[in-house]
Amino acid sequence: MRGLTKTYPAVKARRGAPGAAEVLATDAVELDVRRGEIYGLLGPNGAGKSTLVRQLTGLLRPDRGSVEILGHDIVRHPERAARLLAYLGQESTALDELTVSLAAETTGRLRGLDVRQARAERDAVLDELGLTPIAGRALKKLSGGQRRLACLAAALVGERPLLVLDEPTTGMDPVARRAVWAAVDRRRAERGTTVLLVTHNVIEAETVLDRVAVLDRGRVIACDTPAGLKERVSGEVRVELVWRERPPLDVPEVAVLRDRAVEAGRRWTLRLAPEEARAAVATVTGGAAFAALDDFTLATPSLEDVYLALGGAARQGLVKA
Amino acid sequence: MSVVPAEVLPGGALAVEDTAGGAAELAPAARFWPSLVAVYRAQLSRARVARIPLLFVATFQSVGIMIMMRGVVDTRPEAQSVVAGSSVVVVAYVALNLLAQYFGQLRASGGLDHYATLPVPPAAVVLGAAGAYASFTVPGTLVTAVFGCVLFGLPLTNLWILVAVIPLAGAALSGLGAACGLLAPRPELATLLGQLGMSAALLLGVLPPDRMPEPVRLARDLLPSTYGVEAYARTFGARPDWAFVGADLGVCAGVGVVSLAVATWAYRRAAVR
Repeated sequence: MRGLTKTYPAVKARRGAPGAAEVLATDAVELDVRRGEIYGLLGPNGAGKSTLVRQLTGLLRPDRGSVEILGHDIVRHPERAARLLAYLGQESTALDELTVSLAAETTGRLRGLDVRQARAERDAVLDELGLTPIAGRALKKLSGGQRRLACLAAALVGERPLLVLDEPTTGMDPVARRAVWAAVDRRRAERGTTVLLVTHNVIEAETVLDRVAVLDRGRVIACDTPAGLKERVSGEVRVELVWRERPPLDVPEVAVLRDRAVEAGRRWTLRLAPEEARAAVATVTGGAAFAALDDFTLATPSLEDVYLALGGAARQGLVKA
Repeated sequence: MSVVPAEVLPGGALAVEDTAGGAAELAPAARFWPSLVAVYRAQLSRARVARIPLLFVATFQSVGIMIMMRGVVDTRPEAQSVVAGSSVVVVAYVALNLLAQYFGQLRASGGLDHYATLPVPPAAVVLGAAGAYASFTVPGTLVTAVFGCVLFGLPLTNLWILVAVIPLAGAALSGLGAACGLLAPRPELATLLGQLGMSAALLLGVLPPDRMPEPVRLARDLLPSTYGVEAYARTFGARPDWAFVGADLGVCAGVGVVSLAVATWAYRRAAVR
Protein backbone atom coordinates (compact mmCIF):
# COMPACT_ATOMS: atom_id res chain seq x y z
CA MET A 1 0.00 0.00 0.00
CA ARG A 2 1.40 3.30 -1.02
CA GLY A 3 0.66 5.76 1.64
CA LEU A 4 1.18 9.26 2.60
CA THR A 5 3.02 10.47 5.62
CA LYS A 6 3.15 13.75 7.35
CA THR A 7 5.33 13.86 10.37
CA TYR A 8 5.78 17.03 12.31
CA PRO A 9 8.09 16.74 15.21
CA ALA A 10 7.53 20.44 14.71
CA VAL A 11 7.80 23.15 17.25
CA LYS A 12 6.18 26.08 15.62
CA ALA A 13 6.73 29.35 17.35
CA ARG A 14 5.05 32.38 15.98
CA ARG A 15 4.98 35.83 17.35
CA GLY A 16 1.53 36.88 18.46
CA ALA A 17 0.45 40.46 18.97
CA PRO A 18 3.31 42.94 19.36
CA GLY A 19 4.85 42.65 22.78
CA ALA A 20 3.18 39.34 23.47
CA ALA A 21 5.13 36.20 24.13
CA GLU A 22 5.73 33.76 21.35
CA VAL A 23 2.91 31.35 20.74
CA LEU A 24 3.59 27.72 20.33
CA ALA A 25 0.99 26.95 17.71
CA THR A 26 1.89 23.37 16.94
CA ASP A 27 4.06 21.45 19.30
CA ALA A 28 5.87 18.38 18.00
CA VAL A 29 2.83 17.11 16.15
CA GLU A 30 3.20 13.73 14.50
CA LEU A 31 0.61 12.39 12.12
CA ASP A 32 0.55 9.63 9.57
CA VAL A 33 -2.23 9.72 7.05
CA ARG A 34 -2.72 6.73 4.81
CA ARG A 35 -3.59 6.94 1.17
CA GLY A 36 -7.31 6.99 0.43
CA GLU A 37 -8.26 7.96 3.93
CA ILE A 38 -10.58 10.71 5.09
CA TYR A 39 -8.58 11.99 7.99
CA GLY A 40 -9.91 14.60 10.35
CA LEU A 41 -8.26 17.26 12.45
CA LEU A 42 -10.62 18.09 15.26
CA GLY A 43 -10.13 20.73 17.88
CA PRO A 44 -11.48 23.99 19.25
CA ASN A 45 -10.53 27.41 17.92
CA GLY A 46 -6.89 28.14 18.50
CA ALA A 47 -5.90 24.49 18.84
CA GLY A 48 -3.38 24.83 16.03
CA LYS A 49 -5.37 23.21 13.23
CA SER A 50 -4.87 26.03 10.76
CA THR A 51 -1.17 26.37 11.55
CA LEU A 52 -0.76 22.66 10.97
CA VAL A 53 -2.57 22.88 7.65
CA ARG A 54 -0.52 25.89 6.57
CA GLN A 55 2.66 23.96 7.25
CA LEU A 56 1.33 21.00 5.32
CA THR A 57 0.38 23.07 2.27
CA GLY A 58 3.77 24.77 2.13
CA LEU A 59 2.33 28.14 3.17
CA LEU A 60 4.21 28.21 6.44
CA ARG A 61 7.65 26.89 7.12
CA PRO A 62 7.86 24.82 10.29
CA ASP A 63 10.68 25.72 12.66
CA ARG A 64 11.50 22.09 13.06
CA GLY A 65 10.28 18.83 11.73
CA SER A 66 9.48 17.36 8.39
CA VAL A 67 6.46 17.07 6.16
CA GLU A 68 6.34 14.36 3.57
CA ILE A 69 3.53 14.04 1.06
CA LEU A 70 3.51 11.05 -1.28
CA GLY A 71 7.26 10.77 -1.06
CA HIS A 72 8.01 14.48 -1.45
CA ASP A 73 9.70 16.57 1.20
CA ILE A 74 7.50 19.66 1.53
CA VAL A 75 9.73 21.51 3.98
CA ARG A 76 12.60 21.42 1.55
CA HIS A 77 10.42 21.91 -1.55
CA PRO A 78 7.32 23.85 -0.47
CA GLU A 79 6.51 24.64 -4.09
CA ARG A 80 5.78 20.97 -4.74
CA ALA A 81 2.79 21.06 -2.40
CA ALA A 82 0.75 22.92 -5.01
CA ARG A 83 1.41 20.14 -7.51
CA LEU A 84 0.32 17.42 -5.10
CA LEU A 85 -2.66 18.81 -3.28
CA ALA A 86 -5.67 21.03 -3.65
CA TYR A 87 -6.39 23.31 -0.73
CA LEU A 88 -9.71 24.80 0.28
CA GLY A 89 -8.94 27.57 2.75
CA GLN A 90 -11.41 29.47 4.87
CA GLU A 91 -11.07 32.67 2.88
CA SER A 92 -12.67 33.28 -0.49
CA THR A 93 -11.43 36.85 -1.03
CA ALA A 94 -9.34 35.90 -4.06
CA LEU A 95 -12.44 34.61 -5.84
CA ASP A 96 -15.19 36.80 -4.38
CA GLU A 97 -15.74 39.09 -7.33
CA LEU A 98 -15.62 36.36 -9.98
CA THR A 99 -18.57 34.37 -11.22
CA VAL A 100 -18.80 30.78 -10.00
CA SER A 101 -17.96 29.53 -13.45
CA LEU A 102 -14.95 31.81 -13.98
CA ALA A 103 -13.62 31.09 -10.48
CA ALA A 104 -13.61 27.36 -11.21
CA GLU A 105 -12.18 27.77 -14.69
CA THR A 106 -9.42 30.18 -13.65
CA THR A 107 -8.39 27.95 -10.75
CA GLY A 108 -8.23 25.01 -13.15
CA ARG A 109 -6.07 27.01 -15.55
CA LEU A 110 -3.74 27.99 -12.72
CA ARG A 111 -3.57 24.33 -11.74
CA GLY A 112 -1.97 23.72 -15.12
CA LEU A 113 -4.95 22.66 -17.24
CA ASP A 114 -5.34 23.95 -20.78
CA VAL A 115 -8.43 25.93 -21.71
CA ARG A 116 -10.36 22.93 -23.05
CA GLN A 117 -9.62 20.70 -20.05
CA ALA A 118 -10.32 23.50 -17.58
CA ARG A 119 -13.72 24.18 -19.14
CA ALA A 120 -14.64 20.51 -19.32
CA GLU A 121 -13.68 19.92 -15.69
CA ARG A 122 -15.41 23.12 -14.63
CA ASP A 123 -18.67 21.99 -16.24
CA ALA A 124 -18.38 18.53 -14.70
CA VAL A 125 -17.67 19.80 -11.19
CA LEU A 126 -20.35 22.52 -11.25
CA ASP A 127 -22.83 19.92 -12.43
CA GLU A 128 -21.74 17.43 -9.78
CA LEU A 129 -22.18 19.98 -6.98
CA GLY A 130 -25.45 21.34 -8.34
CA LEU A 131 -23.97 24.77 -9.02
CA THR A 132 -24.85 24.98 -12.72
CA PRO A 133 -27.97 27.15 -12.14
CA ILE A 134 -25.89 29.79 -10.33
CA ALA A 135 -22.76 29.47 -12.49
CA GLY A 136 -23.14 33.01 -13.84
CA ARG A 137 -23.43 34.74 -10.49
CA ALA A 138 -20.61 36.45 -8.63
CA LEU A 139 -19.45 34.64 -5.50
CA LYS A 140 -19.97 37.60 -3.23
CA LYS A 141 -23.63 37.78 -4.23
CA LEU A 142 -24.20 34.22 -3.00
CA SER A 143 -25.15 33.02 0.46
CA GLY A 144 -22.35 31.78 2.73
CA GLY A 145 -23.07 28.13 2.05
CA GLN A 146 -23.30 28.56 -1.70
CA ARG A 147 -20.07 30.54 -1.74
CA ARG A 148 -18.36 27.79 0.21
CA LEU A 149 -19.64 25.25 -2.29
CA ALA A 150 -18.34 27.37 -5.17
CA CYS A 151 -14.90 27.53 -3.53
CA LEU A 152 -14.96 23.77 -3.14
CA ALA A 153 -15.79 23.50 -6.83
CA ALA A 154 -12.70 25.59 -7.59
CA ALA A 155 -10.63 23.29 -5.37
CA LEU A 156 -11.87 20.20 -7.20
CA VAL A 157 -11.10 21.40 -10.74
CA GLY A 158 -7.79 19.85 -11.76
CA GLU A 159 -7.34 16.50 -10.09
CA ARG A 160 -5.02 16.14 -7.12
CA PRO A 161 -4.26 13.01 -5.09
CA LEU A 162 -4.66 14.90 -1.81
CA LEU A 163 -7.44 17.29 -0.84
CA VAL A 164 -6.90 19.54 2.17
CA LEU A 165 -10.27 20.98 3.14
CA ASP A 166 -10.51 23.51 5.94
CA GLU A 167 -14.08 23.37 7.23
CA PRO A 168 -15.62 22.77 3.81
CA THR A 169 -19.26 22.60 4.86
CA THR A 170 -19.52 25.71 7.04
CA GLY A 171 -22.86 27.41 6.52
CA MET A 172 -24.18 24.79 4.10
CA ASP A 173 -27.67 23.35 4.05
CA PRO A 174 -28.07 19.55 4.23
CA VAL A 175 -28.47 19.20 0.46
CA ALA A 176 -25.18 20.98 -0.17
CA ARG A 177 -23.45 18.95 2.54
CA ARG A 178 -24.59 15.75 0.90
CA ALA A 179 -23.29 16.97 -2.44
CA VAL A 180 -19.90 17.71 -0.86
CA TRP A 181 -19.52 14.29 0.73
CA ALA A 182 -20.78 12.54 -2.39
CA ALA A 183 -18.17 14.38 -4.47
CA VAL A 184 -15.41 13.57 -1.98
CA ASP A 185 -16.43 9.92 -1.75
CA ARG A 186 -16.55 9.57 -5.51
CA ARG A 187 -12.99 10.84 -5.85
CA ARG A 188 -11.86 8.50 -3.16
CA ALA A 189 -13.57 5.48 -4.72
CA GLU A 190 -12.48 6.22 -8.29
CA ARG A 191 -9.02 7.66 -7.83
CA GLY A 192 -7.98 6.79 -4.29
CA THR A 193 -7.92 10.45 -3.30
CA THR A 194 -6.81 11.16 0.24
CA VAL A 195 -8.67 13.81 2.20
CA LEU A 196 -7.44 15.80 5.15
CA LEU A 197 -10.37 17.54 6.74
CA VAL A 198 -10.20 20.30 9.32
CA THR A 199 -13.38 20.57 11.28
CA HIS A 200 -14.90 21.53 14.52
CA ASN A 201 -18.20 20.07 13.60
CA VAL A 202 -18.38 17.00 15.83
CA ILE A 203 -21.38 15.43 14.19
CA GLU A 204 -19.79 15.59 10.78
CA ALA A 205 -16.54 14.21 12.16
CA GLU A 206 -18.36 11.18 13.52
CA THR A 207 -20.07 10.34 10.28
CA VAL A 208 -17.56 11.04 7.51
CA LEU A 209 -14.10 10.47 8.91
CA ASP A 210 -12.10 7.27 8.79
CA ARG A 211 -9.75 8.49 11.46
CA VAL A 212 -9.50 11.61 13.49
CA ALA A 213 -6.72 13.38 15.37
CA VAL A 214 -7.86 15.54 18.25
CA LEU A 215 -5.76 18.66 18.66
CA ASP A 216 -5.50 20.71 21.78
CA ARG A 217 -3.11 23.61 22.31
CA GLY A 218 -0.84 22.55 19.49
CA ARG A 219 -0.63 18.91 20.51
CA VAL A 220 -2.32 15.78 19.28
CA ILE A 221 -4.07 14.44 22.35
CA ALA A 222 -5.65 11.45 20.62
CA CYS A 223 -5.80 9.80 17.24
CA ASP A 224 -8.04 6.90 16.28
CA THR A 225 -11.20 6.05 14.38
CA PRO A 226 -14.25 7.92 15.69
CA ALA A 227 -15.61 4.61 17.01
CA GLY A 228 -12.28 3.75 18.60
CA LEU A 229 -12.14 7.09 20.33
CA LYS A 230 -15.66 6.70 21.60
CA GLU A 231 -14.81 3.31 23.04
CA ARG A 232 -12.46 5.03 25.40
CA VAL A 233 -15.43 6.52 27.16
CA SER A 234 -17.89 3.73 26.34
CA GLY A 235 -18.30 2.95 30.00
CA GLU A 236 -19.96 6.29 30.46
CA VAL A 237 -23.30 7.84 29.75
CA ARG A 238 -23.93 11.54 29.33
CA VAL A 239 -26.77 12.89 31.44
CA GLU A 240 -28.05 16.37 30.85
CA LEU A 241 -30.38 18.01 33.32
CA VAL A 242 -32.15 21.30 32.76
CA TRP A 243 -33.69 22.92 35.82
CA ARG A 244 -36.74 25.18 35.73
CA GLU A 245 -35.28 27.96 37.85
CA ARG A 246 -32.59 26.76 40.19
CA PRO A 247 -31.34 23.29 41.10
CA PRO A 248 -32.99 21.81 44.22
CA LEU A 249 -29.79 21.69 46.26
CA ASP A 250 -31.80 20.86 49.38
CA VAL A 251 -32.19 17.33 47.98
CA PRO A 252 -28.96 15.65 49.18
CA GLU A 253 -28.59 13.42 46.08
CA VAL A 254 -28.77 16.48 43.83
CA ALA A 255 -26.24 18.34 45.95
CA VAL A 256 -23.85 15.39 45.49
CA LEU A 257 -24.34 15.42 41.71
CA ARG A 258 -23.46 19.08 41.55
CA ASP A 259 -19.82 18.35 42.29
CA ARG A 260 -19.56 16.24 39.16
CA ALA A 261 -21.60 18.43 36.85
CA VAL A 262 -20.39 20.96 34.32
CA GLU A 263 -22.80 23.83 34.79
CA ALA A 264 -23.96 26.12 32.01
CA GLY A 265 -26.76 28.33 33.25
CA ARG A 266 -29.68 26.08 34.13
CA ARG A 267 -28.08 23.12 32.36
CA TRP A 268 -25.97 20.49 34.08
CA THR A 269 -23.93 18.02 32.05
CA LEU A 270 -22.68 14.87 33.80
CA ARG A 271 -20.68 11.93 32.59
CA LEU A 272 -21.59 8.94 34.71
CA ALA A 273 -21.24 5.19 34.79
CA PRO A 274 -24.49 3.51 33.66
CA GLU A 275 -25.39 2.50 37.26
CA GLU A 276 -24.87 6.01 38.56
CA ALA A 277 -26.80 7.45 35.66
CA ARG A 278 -29.76 5.23 36.42
CA ALA A 279 -29.70 6.29 40.07
CA ALA A 280 -29.38 9.95 39.14
CA VAL A 281 -32.32 9.75 36.75
CA ALA A 282 -34.40 7.97 39.41
CA THR A 283 -33.60 10.75 41.85
CA VAL A 284 -34.48 13.65 39.61
CA THR A 285 -37.61 12.09 38.13
CA GLY A 286 -39.17 11.43 41.53
CA GLY A 287 -39.94 13.44 44.60
CA ALA A 288 -38.96 17.03 45.24
CA ALA A 289 -36.30 17.25 42.56
CA PHE A 290 -38.81 16.44 39.79
CA ALA A 291 -40.75 19.62 40.51
CA ALA A 292 -37.64 21.66 39.78
CA LEU A 293 -36.70 19.71 36.65
CA ASP A 294 -37.49 21.15 33.24
CA ASP A 295 -35.93 18.52 30.98
CA PHE A 296 -33.40 15.72 30.97
CA THR A 297 -31.59 13.64 28.36
CA LEU A 298 -29.50 10.50 28.44
CA ALA A 299 -27.07 9.87 25.61
CA THR A 300 -24.25 7.56 24.63
CA PRO A 301 -20.94 9.41 24.41
CA SER A 302 -20.03 11.47 21.35
CA LEU A 303 -16.66 12.72 20.18
CA GLU A 304 -17.44 15.78 22.23
CA ASP A 305 -17.36 13.66 25.37
CA VAL A 306 -14.14 12.06 24.21
CA TYR A 307 -12.61 15.47 23.85
CA LEU A 308 -13.69 16.45 27.33
CA ALA A 309 -12.56 13.15 28.81
CA LEU A 310 -9.14 13.66 27.26
CA GLY A 311 -8.86 16.93 29.10
CA GLY A 312 -9.47 19.32 26.23
CA ALA A 313 -8.77 23.00 26.63
CA ALA A 314 -10.42 24.46 29.72
CA ARG A 315 -12.92 21.62 29.55
CA GLN A 316 -15.16 23.80 27.44
CA GLY A 317 -15.77 21.31 24.72
CA LEU A 318 -15.78 21.74 21.00
CA VAL A 319 -18.00 24.05 19.09
CA LYS A 320 -20.99 21.98 18.17
CA ALA A 321 -22.53 23.13 14.94
CA MET B 1 2.82 13.62 22.01
CA SER B 2 3.29 10.96 19.43
CA VAL B 3 0.45 8.88 18.19
CA VAL B 4 1.09 5.87 16.05
CA PRO B 5 -2.27 4.74 14.78
CA ALA B 6 -0.85 3.27 11.62
CA GLU B 7 0.30 0.26 13.54
CA VAL B 8 -3.02 -0.21 15.23
CA LEU B 9 -5.11 -0.64 12.13
CA PRO B 10 -4.76 -3.49 9.65
CA GLY B 11 -2.75 -2.81 6.54
CA GLY B 12 -1.25 0.22 8.11
CA ALA B 13 2.43 -0.14 7.36
CA LEU B 14 4.11 3.21 7.70
CA ALA B 15 4.08 4.94 4.41
CA VAL B 16 7.65 6.20 4.65
CA GLU B 17 9.02 2.79 3.95
CA ASP B 18 6.63 2.14 1.11
CA THR B 19 7.24 5.36 -0.72
CA ALA B 20 10.97 5.40 -0.22
CA GLY B 21 11.38 3.74 -3.61
CA GLY B 22 9.41 6.17 -5.73
CA ALA B 23 7.69 9.42 -4.97
CA ALA B 24 4.33 10.18 -6.55
CA GLU B 25 4.35 11.98 -9.84
CA LEU B 26 3.92 15.72 -9.55
CA ALA B 27 1.10 17.31 -11.50
CA PRO B 28 2.43 19.71 -14.13
CA ALA B 29 2.95 23.29 -12.98
CA ALA B 30 1.01 25.99 -14.77
CA ARG B 31 3.09 27.65 -17.46
CA PHE B 32 3.78 31.36 -17.37
CA TRP B 33 1.82 32.76 -20.31
CA PRO B 34 -1.36 30.70 -19.91
CA SER B 35 -1.49 31.56 -16.20
CA LEU B 36 -0.87 35.21 -16.92
CA VAL B 37 -3.73 35.21 -19.41
CA ALA B 38 -6.00 33.39 -16.93
CA VAL B 39 -5.21 35.83 -14.10
CA TYR B 40 -5.56 38.79 -16.45
CA ARG B 41 -8.94 37.61 -17.68
CA ALA B 42 -10.22 36.93 -14.17
CA GLN B 43 -8.98 40.29 -12.89
CA LEU B 44 -10.51 42.13 -15.82
CA SER B 45 -13.87 40.52 -15.15
CA ARG B 46 -13.55 41.48 -11.47
CA ALA B 47 -12.74 44.99 -12.46
CA ARG B 48 -15.77 45.12 -14.72
CA VAL B 49 -18.04 44.13 -11.85
CA ALA B 50 -16.47 46.04 -9.01
CA ARG B 51 -14.49 48.92 -10.42
CA ILE B 52 -16.67 50.66 -13.00
CA PRO B 53 -18.03 53.19 -10.48
CA LEU B 54 -14.46 53.91 -9.41
CA LEU B 55 -13.39 54.44 -12.99
CA PHE B 56 -16.14 57.02 -13.34
CA VAL B 57 -14.83 58.72 -10.21
CA ALA B 58 -11.31 58.73 -11.66
CA THR B 59 -12.45 60.17 -14.97
CA PHE B 60 -14.71 62.82 -13.46
CA GLN B 61 -11.95 63.81 -11.08
CA SER B 62 -9.57 64.45 -13.97
CA VAL B 63 -12.19 66.20 -16.07
CA GLY B 64 -13.06 68.37 -13.06
CA ILE B 65 -9.43 69.32 -12.52
CA MET B 66 -9.11 70.39 -16.14
CA ILE B 67 -12.26 72.51 -15.96
CA MET B 68 -10.93 74.21 -12.83
CA MET B 69 -7.53 74.79 -14.38
CA ARG B 70 -9.11 76.25 -17.52
CA GLY B 71 -9.57 79.55 -15.72
CA VAL B 72 -6.02 79.64 -14.34
CA VAL B 73 -3.91 78.44 -17.23
CA ASP B 74 -3.19 80.88 -20.00
CA THR B 75 -0.13 79.66 -21.91
CA ARG B 76 -0.02 76.71 -24.24
CA PRO B 77 2.82 74.80 -22.46
CA GLU B 78 0.82 75.06 -19.25
CA ALA B 79 -2.28 73.74 -20.97
CA GLN B 80 -0.25 70.84 -22.31
CA SER B 81 0.96 69.79 -18.88
CA VAL B 82 -2.54 70.08 -17.41
CA VAL B 83 -4.06 67.82 -20.07
CA ALA B 84 -1.21 65.31 -19.99
CA GLY B 85 -1.12 65.33 -16.18
CA SER B 86 -4.87 64.83 -15.83
CA SER B 87 -4.80 61.93 -18.26
CA VAL B 88 -2.00 60.18 -16.39
CA VAL B 89 -3.77 60.77 -13.06
CA VAL B 90 -6.47 58.33 -14.24
CA VAL B 91 -3.73 55.72 -14.66
CA ALA B 92 -2.30 56.56 -11.24
CA TYR B 93 -5.69 56.33 -9.57
CA VAL B 94 -6.51 52.88 -10.87
CA ALA B 95 -3.11 51.26 -11.30
CA LEU B 96 -1.41 52.61 -8.21
CA ASN B 97 -4.12 53.40 -5.70
CA LEU B 98 -6.67 50.68 -6.41
CA LEU B 99 -4.09 47.96 -7.01
CA ALA B 100 -2.27 48.79 -3.77
CA GLN B 101 -5.60 48.51 -1.96
CA TYR B 102 -6.45 45.25 -3.69
CA PHE B 103 -3.19 43.52 -2.88
CA GLY B 104 -3.19 44.95 0.64
CA GLN B 105 -6.61 43.50 1.32
CA LEU B 106 -5.83 40.22 -0.39
CA ARG B 107 -2.75 39.80 1.72
CA ALA B 108 -4.45 40.76 4.98
CA SER B 109 -7.47 38.53 4.47
CA GLY B 110 -5.47 35.45 3.55
CA GLY B 111 -6.67 35.57 -0.05
CA LEU B 112 -3.10 35.10 -1.28
CA ASP B 113 -3.27 31.53 0.03
CA HIS B 114 -5.49 30.72 -2.90
CA TYR B 115 -2.76 31.60 -5.40
CA ALA B 116 0.04 30.31 -3.22
CA THR B 117 -1.44 26.81 -3.16
CA LEU B 118 -1.69 26.71 -6.95
CA PRO B 119 1.37 25.82 -9.05
CA VAL B 120 1.43 29.22 -10.72
CA PRO B 121 4.52 31.40 -11.28
CA PRO B 122 4.37 34.42 -8.90
CA ALA B 123 5.21 36.78 -11.75
CA ALA B 124 2.10 35.60 -13.62
CA VAL B 125 -0.15 36.59 -10.71
CA VAL B 126 1.45 40.01 -10.24
CA LEU B 127 1.71 40.83 -13.95
CA GLY B 128 -1.78 39.52 -14.68
CA ALA B 129 -3.31 41.71 -12.00
CA ALA B 130 -1.15 44.73 -12.88
CA GLY B 131 -1.93 44.31 -16.57
CA ALA B 132 -5.66 44.09 -15.92
CA TYR B 133 -5.65 47.23 -13.78
CA ALA B 134 -3.56 49.09 -16.35
CA SER B 135 -5.91 48.03 -19.17
CA PHE B 136 -8.82 49.14 -17.14
CA THR B 137 -7.53 52.70 -17.20
CA VAL B 138 -7.71 52.90 -21.02
CA PRO B 139 -11.26 54.25 -21.46
CA GLY B 140 -10.90 56.82 -18.66
CA THR B 141 -7.54 58.04 -19.93
CA LEU B 142 -8.84 58.36 -23.49
CA VAL B 143 -11.95 60.25 -22.44
CA THR B 144 -9.87 62.61 -20.29
CA ALA B 145 -7.30 63.20 -23.03
CA VAL B 146 -9.87 63.91 -25.74
CA PHE B 147 -11.94 66.14 -23.47
CA GLY B 148 -8.80 68.03 -22.42
CA CYS B 149 -7.62 68.57 -25.97
CA VAL B 150 -11.01 69.92 -26.97
CA LEU B 151 -11.27 72.10 -23.85
CA PHE B 152 -7.83 73.66 -24.24
CA GLY B 153 -7.82 73.66 -28.05
CA LEU B 154 -4.87 71.27 -28.37
CA PRO B 155 -4.37 69.04 -31.45
CA LEU B 156 -5.59 65.45 -31.35
CA THR B 157 -3.01 64.39 -33.98
CA ASN B 158 -0.55 62.67 -31.67
CA LEU B 159 -3.13 61.09 -29.38
CA TRP B 160 -1.85 57.70 -30.57
CA ILE B 161 1.11 58.15 -28.20
CA LEU B 162 -1.28 57.03 -25.44
CA VAL B 163 -0.91 53.52 -26.89
CA ALA B 164 2.63 53.64 -25.46
CA VAL B 165 2.03 55.97 -22.50
CA ILE B 166 -0.78 53.93 -20.90
CA PRO B 167 0.97 50.55 -20.82
CA LEU B 168 4.36 51.97 -19.82
CA ALA B 169 3.12 54.42 -17.19
CA GLY B 170 0.65 51.69 -16.23
CA ALA B 171 3.47 49.18 -15.74
CA ALA B 172 5.47 51.61 -13.60
CA LEU B 173 2.53 52.70 -11.45
CA SER B 174 0.87 49.32 -11.10
CA GLY B 175 4.23 47.79 -10.18
CA LEU B 176 4.58 50.41 -7.45
CA GLY B 177 0.98 49.87 -6.38
CA ALA B 178 1.40 46.09 -6.20
CA ALA B 179 4.67 46.41 -4.30
CA CYS B 180 3.10 48.84 -1.80
CA GLY B 181 0.11 46.56 -1.32
CA LEU B 182 2.21 43.45 -0.84
CA LEU B 183 4.88 45.00 1.35
CA ALA B 184 2.65 47.02 3.67
CA PRO B 185 2.31 45.15 6.94
CA ARG B 186 -1.31 46.26 7.32
CA PRO B 187 -4.03 46.86 4.71
CA GLU B 188 -4.72 50.38 6.02
CA LEU B 189 -1.09 51.21 5.35
CA ALA B 190 -1.38 49.85 1.81
CA THR B 191 -4.42 52.06 1.25
CA LEU B 192 -2.56 55.03 2.68
CA LEU B 193 0.48 54.46 0.46
CA GLY B 194 -1.72 54.09 -2.59
CA GLN B 195 -3.61 57.29 -1.76
CA LEU B 196 -0.41 59.22 -1.13
CA GLY B 197 1.08 58.01 -4.39
CA MET B 198 -2.03 59.06 -6.24
CA SER B 199 -2.09 62.48 -4.57
CA ALA B 200 1.56 62.97 -5.46
CA ALA B 201 0.85 62.06 -9.09
CA LEU B 202 -2.07 64.48 -9.03
CA LEU B 203 -0.31 67.47 -7.46
CA LEU B 204 3.06 67.05 -9.11
CA GLY B 205 1.77 65.86 -12.46
CA VAL B 206 -1.06 68.27 -13.20
CA LEU B 207 0.47 71.57 -12.12
CA PRO B 208 2.86 73.13 -14.65
CA PRO B 209 6.43 72.56 -13.41
CA ASP B 210 7.89 76.03 -14.21
CA ARG B 211 6.12 77.62 -11.24
CA MET B 212 7.27 74.98 -8.76
CA PRO B 213 10.01 75.64 -6.19
CA GLU B 214 13.21 73.64 -6.65
CA PRO B 215 12.66 70.89 -4.00
CA VAL B 216 9.15 70.20 -5.29
CA ARG B 217 10.49 69.96 -8.82
CA LEU B 218 13.03 67.42 -7.57
CA ALA B 219 10.23 65.38 -6.01
CA ARG B 220 8.41 65.62 -9.31
CA ASP B 221 11.42 64.16 -11.10
CA LEU B 222 11.45 61.21 -8.73
CA LEU B 223 7.87 60.25 -9.47
CA PRO B 224 7.63 57.77 -12.36
CA SER B 225 4.27 59.12 -13.52
CA THR B 226 6.02 62.41 -14.34
CA TYR B 227 7.79 60.78 -17.27
CA GLY B 228 4.52 59.55 -18.68
CA VAL B 229 3.11 63.07 -18.33
CA GLU B 230 6.19 64.62 -19.98
CA ALA B 231 6.19 62.16 -22.86
CA TYR B 232 2.56 62.86 -23.60
CA ALA B 233 2.90 66.65 -23.14
CA ARG B 234 5.81 66.82 -25.60
CA THR B 235 3.68 65.33 -28.40
CA PHE B 236 1.38 68.38 -28.46
CA GLY B 237 4.15 70.46 -30.03
CA ALA B 238 4.18 71.28 -33.72
CA ARG B 239 7.38 69.28 -34.18
CA PRO B 240 7.79 67.00 -31.15
CA ASP B 241 11.27 65.83 -30.23
CA TRP B 242 10.69 62.10 -30.46
CA ALA B 243 14.03 61.26 -28.86
CA PHE B 244 12.94 62.95 -25.62
CA VAL B 245 9.53 61.26 -25.82
CA GLY B 246 11.32 57.93 -26.22
CA ALA B 247 13.66 58.67 -23.30
CA ASP B 248 10.72 59.57 -21.03
CA LEU B 249 8.91 56.41 -21.97
CA GLY B 250 12.14 54.47 -21.44
CA VAL B 251 12.24 55.73 -17.84
CA CYS B 252 8.64 54.51 -17.37
CA ALA B 253 9.54 51.14 -18.82
CA GLY B 254 12.62 50.85 -16.60
CA VAL B 255 10.71 51.76 -13.46
CA GLY B 256 8.00 49.34 -14.58
CA VAL B 257 10.45 46.44 -14.90
CA VAL B 258 12.08 47.17 -11.54
CA SER B 259 8.85 47.79 -9.64
CA LEU B 260 7.17 44.72 -11.06
CA ALA B 261 10.20 42.65 -10.12
CA VAL B 262 10.02 44.06 -6.59
CA ALA B 263 6.29 43.32 -6.50
CA THR B 264 6.92 39.73 -7.59
CA TRP B 265 9.51 39.35 -4.87
CA ALA B 266 7.08 40.89 -2.36
CA TYR B 267 4.40 38.47 -3.48
CA ARG B 268 6.65 35.46 -2.88
CA ARG B 269 7.51 36.85 0.53
CA ALA B 270 3.87 37.53 1.43
CA ALA B 271 2.59 34.20 0.14
CA VAL B 272 4.96 31.96 2.09
CA ARG B 273 5.51 33.22 5.59
